[in-house]
Amino acid sequence: MRAADRPMQRPSDARLLAVDAEGRMRDLPRAALASLLRAGDLVVANDAATLPASLGGVHAARGAALEVRLAARRTLAHDDVRAFTAVVFGEGDHRMRTEDRPAPPRLAQGDTLRLGPLEARVARTLGHPRLVELSFRGAPDAVWAGIAAHGRPIQYAHVRDPLALWDVWTAVAARPVAFEPPSAGFVLDWSLLHALADRGVGFATLTHAAGLSSTGDAALDGRLPLDEAYEIPRATVAAIAAAKEHGGRIVAIGTTVVRALEHAASRTHAADAALPSGPGLADLRLGPRTRLRVVDAIVSGTHEPGTSHHALLAAFAPEDVLARADALLERLGYRTHECGDSVWLKAALRGQSARSNLNTATLASRLGQRRTRRPSWMPNASRM
Amino acid sequence: MTRHPIPAAFAGARTLVTGGTSGLGLALVEALHAQGAQVAFVARDAARIADLARRLPGAHGIAGDVSSQDDTHRIALQAVSALGGLDLLVHNASSLGPVPLRPLADTDCEDLEAALATHLVGPFRLTKALLGALAAAAREGGTHGVRPVVLHVTSDAAVTPYAGWGAYGASKAGLAQLSRIWDAELAAHGVRSIEVDPGDMDTPLHALAVPDADRAALKRPRDAAHEVLAAAAAARFSAAVPFRSDEAPRAAGAHA
Repeated sequence: MRAADRPMQRPSDARLLAVDAEGRMRDLPRAALASLLRAGDLVVANDAATLPASLGGVHAARGAALEVRLAARRTLAHDDVRAFTAVVFGEGDHRMRTEDRPAPPRLAQGDTLRLGPLEARVARTLGHPRLVELSFRGAPDAVWAGIAAHGRPIQYAHVRDPLALWDVWTAVAARPVAFEPPSAGFVLDWSLLHALADRGVGFATLTHAAGLSSTGDAALDGRLPLDEAYEIPRATVAAIAAAKEHGGRIVAIGTTVVRALEHAASRTHAADAALPSGPGLADLRLGPRTRLRVVDAIVSGTHEPGTSHHALLAAFAPEDVLARADALLERLGYRTHECGDSVWLKAALRGQSARSNLNTATLASRLGQRRTRRPSWMPNASRM
Repeated sequence: MTRHPIPAAFAGARTLVTGGTSGLGLALVEALHAQGAQVAFVARDAARIADLARRLPGAHGIAGDVSSQDDTHRIALQAVSALGGLDLLVHNASSLGPVPLRPLADTDCEDLEAALATHLVGPFRLTKALLGALAAAAREGGTHGVRPVVLHVTSDAAVTPYAGWGAYGASKAGLAQLSRIWDAELAAHGVRSIEVDPGDMDTPLHALAVPDADRAALKRPRDAAHEVLAAAAAARFSAAVPFRSDEAPRAAGAHA
């Protein structure tokens, strides 16, 4: 075992800013999450495990070093290894800020990239020098073995020590399909799942291939989130229907859960039609004009203004409430500074379409170290 | 020799067996494959993995060492990706340590630590890494009364203090208790954990431990595999355990 400090995902003094439908805010210990829920509510989490989606390698013809960050697929299928959307960086590694990373060598359709034991072909370029579709050569089992052996979790410059896979898997991680962690899921541990069951609160999952949070390139960041594949189990659809029938609230753990559920709902026409189960590809953008059809509340990590994750929170609350929540997060010390950038811990609320008076909780972790662009799930150090 | 009917309890089930290329593990992989399960197996030797994967079409071979912390999540990643989920996890991988067997007093600390890594810490870590997939299977199967199962292969050396079997026996005893505590904590979430002692089998491990054994008197791995899978099937179709707060793990202190 590696001796290490407590992982940042689960600090013991984590706080929770709970914002209700009227915009009233309460500063709570994170452990109080269960107390915001009541019997009949249903908590829905994203159980995607996170891939080691950063693959170092070289451009076969030119020998130039590069880093591939896998970013999206059209499906969650094991044998779907021929069409990954990927962001490619030039020489360097995660210790350099993405904004400062050099461009990759010019990439053209048909180019071969050697990534450790893996070989990938540029199937096509996607309208930006860093964005391509990659097709891996070889049988799916061999490709996944290569990714498992050679890949590293995607990480950013503020955490210098390399992350291990267990740092980026939540306590409910199942199918390895996410490219970055569905970070809100770090709120969950098995003690909390026991506590939820104890209170008669339901728990269900879906699997959503969470993509990159940032590329360091404004044009590319503007295209985030990319289309994200997801799958909703029949049991989850049934649990949602049962909860709604009895007046229970649907509480999403993280923005990816909202995106999957609301996308699935958008595929039905009648407002009261059953949610479709099975696979889907979320290509919608959620924001202030979104009318939420399934989700009543979100527990979210913190997201910086201007990111797609942050924009999604506007589906839950008017901008003035979000701004007020941000001010409160600052005043309460939920955030600190480094280099003039802030880590912003965001509150989210029910939107105006509220069907019931509802608490919406946003999770905010106290971060021990400051830096720019620290996704809330990033640990300082790790232990299994 | 007893002939057991092949139980079809795992037809279509997503299964992972550690130590899957020899002895009982190999027999389990073959039996699960024969009854139509989706099978992934873990072993250390790449050539043997490739041989078995060729022989059993559709089976997924995964190279890894269950005693290695670095391998755990790589194994879990490949298994759950290939299978799409997990209904049965068999902790079978086993190692005898140095032979001929020696008394505890002559056992190096490092050899005891290696036994614990293979038989106790490794299985703990792998179950933990796969718990999300197992719990997801429990929620999917809940309405059909089908439960995901974690099966720990133990030994009578975990119960009986055989001289010379110190590191092996102590680590297997730990594994058996680990299994029981997993079950106490996870049954309410629909995941079952069981431990099974397959008995003395005619396997490479037994040959190392007892080179002059009468092989005819030993159980064939194939027969043992059917018994082990029958136990797994019983757990798979066991009744649901309703969640009771007084059985939650934090209440366990009251019994201490």
